[in-house]
Amino acid sequence: MEEEIFQGLKVLDFSWAIAGPWTVKYLADHGATVIHVETVHHPDIIRAGPPFKDDKPGVDSSIYWVNYHCNKYGLSLNMSHPRAREIIKKLVSWADVIVENFSPGVMQRWGVSYEEVREIKPDIIMLSSSQLGQTGPLATMRGTGIQLTAYTGFNRLTGWEDREPSVLYGGFTDCPAARFGATVLIAGLLYRRRTGKGMYIDLSQYEAGLHLLAPVLMDYQVNGRIAMRRGNRHQYAAPHGVYPSRGDDSWCAITVSTDEQWKALCRAMGDPAWSKESRFSTFPNRKDNEDELDRLISEWTVTLTPKEAMFKLQEAGVPAGVVQKGEDLYNDPQLKQFGYFWEVDHPVIGKHRLESHAFNLSKTPRKLRMPAPRLGEHTEYVCCQVLKLTDEEFVDLLADGVFE
Amino acid sequence: MDEERVGFLAPYRVLDLTDEKGLLCAKTLADLGADVIKIEPPGGCSSRKIGPFYKDIPQPEKSLFWFAYNANKRGITLNVECEDGREIFKKLVTTADIVIESFPPGSMKTRGLGYDDLCRIKPDIILTSITPFGQDGPYKNFQASDLVCWSMGGFAYLTGDSDRPPVQVSFPQAYLAGANEATTATMVALYHREISGEGQHVDVSIQASVAKNMMNAPFFWEAAGVNVRRAGPFRIGLSIATGQKVIWKCKDGEISFFFWGGKSGARTNRALTEYMEEDGTAPTSMKEMEWETFDMASATEELFKEFNHHMGKFFQAHTKKELFQRAMKENMTLYPVQTTADITADTQLQERDYWEEVEHSELEERLLYPNPPFFLSEELRVQKRRAPLIGEHNEEVYRGELGISREEMIKLQELGAI
Repeated sequence: MEEEIFQGLKVLDFSWAIAGPWTVKYLADHGATVIHVETVHHPDIIRAGPPFKDDKPGVDSSIYWVNYHCNKYGLSLNMSHPRAREIIKKLVSWADVIVENFSPGVMQRWGVSYEEVREIKPDIIMLSSSQLGQTGPLATMRGTGIQLTAYTGFNRLTGWEDREPSVLYGGFTDCPAARFGATVLIAGLLYRRRTGKGMYIDLSQYEAGLHLLAPVLMDYQVNGRIAMRRGNRHQYAAPHGVYPSRGDDSWCAITVSTDEQWKALCRAMGDPAWSKESRFSTFPNRKDNEDELDRLISEWTVTLTPKEAMFKLQEAGVPAGVVQKGEDLYNDPQLKQFGYFWEVDHPVIGKHRLESHAFNLSKTPRKLRMPAPRLGEHTEYVCCQVLKLTDEEFVDLLADGVFE
Repeated sequence: MDEERVGFLAPYRVLDLTDEKGLLCAKTLADLGADVIKIEPPGGCSSRKIGPFYKDIPQPEKSLFWFAYNANKRGITLNVECEDGREIFKKLVTTADIVIESFPPGSMKTRGLGYDDLCRIKPDIILTSITPFGQDGPYKNFQASDLVCWSMGGFAYLTGDSDRPPVQVSFPQAYLAGANEATTATMVALYHREISGEGQHVDVSIQASVAKNMMNAPFFWEAAGVNVRRAGPFRIGLSIATGQKVIWKCKDGEISFFFWGGKSGARTNRALTEYMEEDGTAPTSMKEMEWETFDMASATEELFKEFNHHMGKFFQAHTKKELFQRAMKENMTLYPVQTTADITADTQLQERDYWEEVEHSELEERLLYPNPPFFLSEELRVQKRRAPLIGEHNEEVYRGELGISREEMIKLQELGAI
């Protein structure tokens, strides 16, 4: 078998919900050995997240959870048990990296703070990813990515000016948090290779999200302008929007940023008489008459399916794309070619196509080695094979309820 | 460079050929200490035309978009469309570890700068290509925009009011998702190179990056034949059937709040009920609810309607600040929908030294920039510098590093190469 990138890298994974598991996913899918720790007393909320196999909730039947935990070993460990310490010490000695995304204070309560793990393993790298960071007056505020997306300013910028803002599906801030998290973690590993030094990384998901809004934050600072949502309106493009197409709730996105693209759009529509009117002849004119422009374009798009509109416009050289639904993504020949979805065969769920990554490496592709673990699936394997407990030690701890 | 580099990525050099689709990628590497050289065509990168602008003056040296996503980089102008320019680029590649580009698929190859060509010059080079749809496949040559990628990636369908067309975020997020994913992808490849000595081509799809942001939404199709659909201020995907109101109007803006069942939601639900009782607006159904055992799945729609009615009125009688201060005191999961003004004033960021003042000598001004989103020890923090002016480091790089003579530089300038 070919070597994988992170082969031999040992990750102790306390992550839950989305941001933490997504961070670890980059390592797990490229060969790291990951031990994921959870307890039957408080299963990860995502294990209760839909969809489920046959729509029946169950701790091992959430497709949502399985998506983020492939290629990992699952260890069940009651961190609050007085004897959990015996296992934690061995796990920390084993690990190169610890990842966690609990509220600040939880790891300390369990005796797994950076100060404590560093005593056991001086060059360990520990990443704590939390909503608002480990310090500051709001550090211990509870919440999820859904509320953090509001706090980070994304909701204010999403939807229609005459209505209340829209939700961004899932927890939008989890996405940059995971990407920045994995980036700094790997950068830290390279630094450790060079210097032998471990480190603690305190990542704020709020601060990660704000990087995706940096220019509008500067706009307020310099120009005093408070950014606002405006549907699909765009400063430099008209027409620019999502247009109704033939079929149930079907839409096609169109962007026209240059006069050439405008001419191409007119050609694709069959050069209707209205398109020659002076009120649409230049970008400023189109911008001034945008509502009317959108209405007239819609009269044309509504006669076509979104796919027909897309192909017709692309052929003419106009940026256009189907507003794809879940079904469309699974059938998209482009995503298929890219290998975006990969099929996982899970003992409870069966076969299901899950998300992999949005990049392909030419020489060391990602690999699906095993499906996500059932809760506690590898407890015995981890204890006896990895941590080298004797059978007697394992059974003793098991009887004591340490592995619940 | 004359000064000693610090940071995790101090030993590495990155050549950044990208436009708005990829600027954030190398920016993040620069924040981690990499020596990033932004290569612009003579006259400047097209992304300098993207606003907002400093004092609303639409000039290439005043784009706040450019400022934000090119800080900590050096900048040179180089025309890779001409032979002389390409020769210089190749010289630079021999000094580099990573090249990042966002041209249409195949354009680098056509110029003789494809991955195989670069390998001949620098066998262990990493080439990261960021494109709307990836390097291969039936849509690879499609014309795209941020909105097109957002739509084809599936996020548009999930976003906006249910009775209106799907929308994008008004500060577009598809390209940024792609660039963000590209940074991680590049780091994965760099780690591999450190272990094995082998470079490779990293092919990033913006469309797939957007799809990844959808989390569990696509799975409802394969599991249950359901296309999850936008629902405005309501939260969807919690279960297949129901939506839950998340965004609420208050006196001076909006807040984000939703019910959570069982023990984990009890504290917040009880605290809100008590808060409403003080105003005399809590309905009996809330006052008498046993929140510890409140089960979201079995609660009726009528009950939620009643809650929503009373909560809606209650929130509208209070300001964002009042509500959030109470939330902080009681550790309730209620957050304001912040504006850019609110964020700028947020003490949480100030206490964590998130903002850093950076000198803009050309504007005779100092501007605040966000620091990296992770807190690192002093010795690892990279001193911030503003984004480069057009060709600002030509002299430093061409003469100082590549040893090109002044006469040669003049000649290259006349040829339109630099």
